[in-house]
Amino acid sequence: MPVVLDAQRIARSLARIAHEILERNHQIDELALVGIRRRGVPLAKRLAHAIHEINHSEIPTGALDITLYRDDLMRTAIAAQPLIRRTEIPFSIDDKRILLVDDVLYTGRTIRAALDALIEFGRPKAIQLVVLVDRGHRELPIKADYVGKNLPTSLSQSVQVRLTEIDGRDEVEVLES
Amino acid sequence: MKKDLLSIDDLTSDEIYLILDTSEAMREIGQRPIKKVPTLRGKTVVNLFYEPSTRTRTSFEIAEKRLSADTLNIAVASSSVLKGETLVDTALNIEAMQPDMIVMRHASSGAGHLLSRVCRSRIINAGDGMHEHPTQALLDAFTIREHKQRIEGLKVTIVGDLLHSRVLRSNVRLLTKLGAEVWVSGPSTFVPSGIEQFGVRVSADINEAVADADVIMMLRIQQERMSGAFIPSLREYFNTFGMTKARVAKAKPDVIIMHPGPMNRGVEIASDVADGPYSVILEQVANGVAVRMAVLYLLAGGVEVD
Repeated sequence: MPVVLDAQRIARSLARIAHEILERNHQIDELALVGIRRRGVPLAKRLAHAIHEINHSEIPTGALDITLYRDDLMRTAIAAQPLIRRTEIPFSIDDKRILLVDDVLYTGRTIRAALDALIEFGRPKAIQLVVLVDRGHRELPIKADYVGKNLPTSLSQSVQVRLTEIDGRDEVEVLES
Repeated sequence: MKKDLLSIDDLTSDEIYLILDTSEAMREIGQRPIKKVPTLRGKTVVNLFYEPSTRTRTSFEIAEKRLSADTLNIAVASSSVLKGETLVDTALNIEAMQPDMIVMRHASSGAGHLLSRVCRSRIINAGDGMHEHPTQALLDAFTIREHKQRIEGLKVTIVGDLLHSRVLRSNVRLLTKLGAEVWVSGPSTFVPSGIEQFGVRVSADINEAVADADVIMMLRIQQERMSGAFIPSLREYFNTFGMTKARVAKAKPDVIIMHPGPMNRGVEIASDVADGPYSVILEQVANGVAVRMAVLYLLAGGVEVD
């Protein structure tokens, strides 16, 4: 299957989302970005950078690991436990407008876990969801506020997002399994 | 990971590093305003302690509660063990109530292995006699790695009552597995015969043992396990093997001083060393919670099938 987004289109999508974020949020000092590990974290940093390019504001940026909140932990008798990574939110989320960032929105279960994890850190004024790709097939009533690309897929396919910071290059590919 | 954690020998070096890395993430939970994650919701953990313990039992209980497990403490002083029930019978009765894990401390070496054979629950050894105390060695390794960024190639000197110490046996297994150079020192009555087979260097001269050490680990004089005269007097022991400022000065300038607790001040360690700038003794206690959370989390998952 083809590469559906290349580096240039990913950059353009993020730049557009940065503008949309500023358009919808007037109180810039209330904004904070939280990336979901792993690939939401570099995306959140890039959005912070893109917003800085536009209006020179510094948006605090954090990283959230949702593993301990997953609803599929310990459901199988034989699999080893998934690897936990560090959560780093070096600011208070109280009364902030949190932009939660992930690479792919699929069933919505990751976002459900992320919302549970996030509200244990405080009471944000609002949480908005940013995703690079929305591939559909939701299993929970969750919807993204900012979408890089809507990508209709079948359940047999998988969407692979690659980012330079983790994978050495930027691209989004749809794989047949 | 295997079903149980009874000995450091149950772990490969990769699994040890996995536990240490997971502990890093777990430590962050202890710094949050709400120090709790829902991960072990609905799991029951029984803490079965046949020996007195403040640090280890509290540490396990806090770790279990931070992961949302239901915990239950059985202190033998108030249990039917006093009425003559055997260890296996007690364990089978607890098993009948369907716990998921049993954390056990017992005065007999190998008690955890016995339980492991009869129990379906996962067993975590929180100290068995003179055999092992694996979570202590893991939290020691975590503390060392945090200060030195590595374990391989470090000179670690362990001083004190080697004979009765399960902390020593777990630490030696772990540290040699990860490539540290381990020295032990103590009066000859405290040196177990054949300890060289574990790959450690033995020296009766504490000054030689601590020279250029990166880590000094003191062990408690365990008077409750002693049956006989191992040392002439506590005072003489302190003069010959106690950790004083003068002895610390022979180690590397950035040496760290560790002690698994409880300390006998003025017996194996001088107060000004225990409270001094090189001491990481209270950090060890703090790290214990994160390391035990990691062990509970990783053991709660599936068992690898060979």
